[in-house]
Amino acid sequence: MQMPEPDQGAIARRGEIAAALRRILPAASVITEADARRAYESDGLTAYRQPPLLVVLPSTTAEVAAVLRYCREQRLKVVPRGAGTSLSGGALPLADGILLGMAKFNRILEVDLPNRCAVVQPGVTNLGISQAVAGLGFYYAPDPSSQIACTIGGNVAENSGGVHCLKYGLTTNNLLGVEMVLMTGEVIRLGGKHLDAGGYDLLGVVTGSEGLLGVVTEVTVRLLRKPTTQRALLIAFPSNESAGECVAKVIAAGIIPAGMEMMDRLAIQAAEDFVKAGYPLDAESLLIIELDGPPAEVDELLARVDAIATACSAMSCRASTDEAERQRFWAGRKAAFPAVGRISPDYYCMDGTIPRRRLSEVLTAMTEMSSRYGLRVANVFHAGDGNLHPLVLYDANKPGELEAAEAFGADILRLCVKVGGVLTGEHGVGVEKRDLMPTMFNEIDLEQQQRLKCAFDEEGLLNPGKVFPELHRCAEMGRLHVSSGRLPHPELPRF
Amino acid sequence: MSAAFEPRTAAELAAAVAGSAGPLEIIGAGSKRGLGRPVNSGGLLDLSRLSGIILYEPEELVLTAGAGTPLAEIEQALAEKKQMLAFEPPDLGPLYGRPAGQGTLGGMLACNLAGPRRPKAGAARDHFLGALAVNGQGEIFKTGGRVVKNVTGYDLCKLLAGSFGTLAALVEVTMKVLPAPEHERTLVLGGLDDAGAVSLMTRALGSAAEVSAAAHLPAGIAPSLAGDGGATLLRLEGTAISITERLALLRRELRETATELAEAASREAWRSLRDLEPFHGTEEALWRLSVPPAESASVMQRIAASGLGAMRYFYDWGGGQIWLALPATGDAGAARIRGALAQGHATLMRAPLPLRAAVDVFQPQEAALATLARRVKESFDPAGRLNPGRMYQGI
Repeated sequence: MQMPEPDQGAIARRGEIAAALRRILPAASVITEADARRAYESDGLTAYRQPPLLVVLPSTTAEVAAVLRYCREQRLKVVPRGAGTSLSGGALPLADGILLGMAKFNRILEVDLPNRCAVVQPGVTNLGISQAVAGLGFYYAPDPSSQIACTIGGNVAENSGGVHCLKYGLTTNNLLGVEMVLMTGEVIRLGGKHLDAGGYDLLGVVTGSEGLLGVVTEVTVRLLRKPTTQRALLIAFPSNESAGECVAKVIAAGIIPAGMEMMDRLAIQAAEDFVKAGYPLDAESLLIIELDGPPAEVDELLARVDAIATACSAMSCRASTDEAERQRFWAGRKAAFPAVGRISPDYYCMDGTIPRRRLSEVLTAMTEMSSRYGLRVANVFHAGDGNLHPLVLYDANKPGELEAAEAFGADILRLCVKVGGVLTGEHGVGVEKRDLMPTMFNEIDLEQQQRLKCAFDEEGLLNPGKVFPELHRCAEMGRLHVSSGRLPHPELPRF
Repeated sequence: MSAAFEPRTAAELAAAVAGSAGPLEIIGAGSKRGLGRPVNSGGLLDLSRLSGIILYEPEELVLTAGAGTPLAEIEQALAEKKQMLAFEPPDLGPLYGRPAGQGTLGGMLACNLAGPRRPKAGAARDHFLGALAVNGQGEIFKTGGRVVKNVTGYDLCKLLAGSFGTLAALVEVTMKVLPAPEHERTLVLGGLDDAGAVSLMTRALGSAAEVSAAAHLPAGIAPSLAGDGGATLLRLEGTAISITERLALLRRELRETATELAEAASREAWRSLRDLEPFHGTEEALWRLSVPPAESASVMQRIAASGLGAMRYFYDWGGGQIWLALPATGDAGAARIRGALAQGHATLMRAPLPLRAAVDVFQPQEAALATLARRVKESFDPAGRLNPGRMYQGI
């Protein structure tokens, strides 16, 4: 994995840049010491590490604007960071870039129940929002597994999902507005408390833009009333095929469960060993199906799903009878990643989405790849929306295993695209899947996206080296489309 | 009529755009041509032949179709599998004096239309998963995918939805579809003033009853639906058991006397409001206001106090959307209406052409945002070939 060649001039000017930034920010908000910078050297994708040139921790929108204005004048690269939980390397620093940490933006500014929304700073954690309104009977719907740590600003950047997004949508479907700072230092507001922003839907395109278009400094999220009842079914199957068939039939029956999660044999066993959730160890495949709503509706749907599961050769089907039991059903699934971490020194988490009907074909191919690479794979799967999370098990201390795991992962993602799916369902492209983008998009597709990037950040200073496999000069784009495969700028980095 | 291109394939569409000497006006069925600023174009790009369902997989919840496919055809195919476009797209043809049932999927997306279910289900943009399109340079590009969960690359679908054809001409689009509710019923409450009705809708939408639509019809706007005194309508959808349970819950929480509309009457009432029937066949200018829902009654109070004369209006989306009609004279109230908004925006949805040329049809934007919008336009259509001026002058 190659990053843009660092600008040695910027590195040589570290002291001078720090001094200039300390005139913009309180001195303590500019971090230059090597040890302190190293705390920011990676995010949730720990295979890649790079301490930043320096770290700034602004605490107001005006400070963010001043930092970006300075960086643009000085042609300095900027990498924004929330809690650093990205699994795709979205917040991986650059040796010649300023790391812009948003941790000090940690306040909930307003809870507006009549308009069913909350206005929060981007450094507030995802779970923090739901906790702040739980006593009022409300919650914020998207719930990525890292919700205890990940921030809402990072969720906006990555368009984060979670186990409930089939019914309640991703981040993009639950945002009403943002305040953001452009690389020019200009502050803009997109949307607000009204339901749809006017003009072009820039809010929609900023969501999931992975920190390449601007720095979000305030977020207005939709709040939902908590459902009266939530109950889960734990259903064991003799094969992945029968579990997959059950998922398809539930949806065909017109039921959109609040959550529908699948685990394969290795994942079931690792989770059960870890949290003792009571998972059936003789099952090849396990489904957790959660239904929410008023009690009578939940009872009715539980019965319908139970009947469908039985018709799909389920070995057992248990409905949670109280909240503790529902939590126990989920405990294993939610701990699946750390559980796999106990049976292998390292694991690599993938995130492709496929059309669900191709599931058994993809799982079979994965088993074949697993023996070819000599690496085990455990599967957890957001079954309702086709989002796969294969966990490739490896040992980084064994020479060549990391590379093999990455090659295995890339093969899985290529397969996802080949069967009609996509490279990433919720973790983002970052640096991790950057070089695979051409398997899904051709040069014209990618160029259109990069021209949009240029409309926001003409000099390409915000988070360069992420998402796009080639850097283009904005001024030259638009003339590239007739290049018929010839690379017009051989001096620009392609990685 | 100027020369019309009627491409049948993406390649023909790309060639028509690339070969065009000047600006092109893009239409599907032309049912909503009266929406937006007038486009000063030399040519017409008619996408109605890019028609037909390409892929429909009910169990995957996705449907792909040509952008020129009539919405009616899509909805019929979905109904056969008991599914729907959950955002309840309106049929605005009759509002503009055209026949019903002609609008296309692409036209609906270009306008980002959504009906009464919007507060619960989102707008067209929330269900727009992928597209093949032609930009202003005549290049065919794709964005998004054919699966319901995808964050690969920028979400250009969001940008294309509601861009009124100013960024790209859609070739084919993939939509997320959802199961249609088995049943519906509507609770009708009479005699509330605007403030009382908005407060009631706020309570209803904030309850656990999962209200799927909330509208308030002041006295006189729709006597056939609301009687003489006006009415507030709350819709519940789902299985029969679920509706019964939630109706009881809602009645308990609201503590108001209410009547009910059963299945067919409920369906017809919401279709009528969705398609803006109270404004069919009139000469009035029609505004759409998007405001924070709970503040809608105060917005209307400020507008009324600003000295505008006769107005007819109703609230949808629990107050989040106000439809406001008034005489198409002067600036049709533009300055006073926009002056009354603290947050949100007002769009002139229908007015005679000279008025749409003279008044800002879309809410004017602050300088930094307007500059950004212009740069976004240029990133898709640097020569200004696609629907130039439809949204804003020069865009």
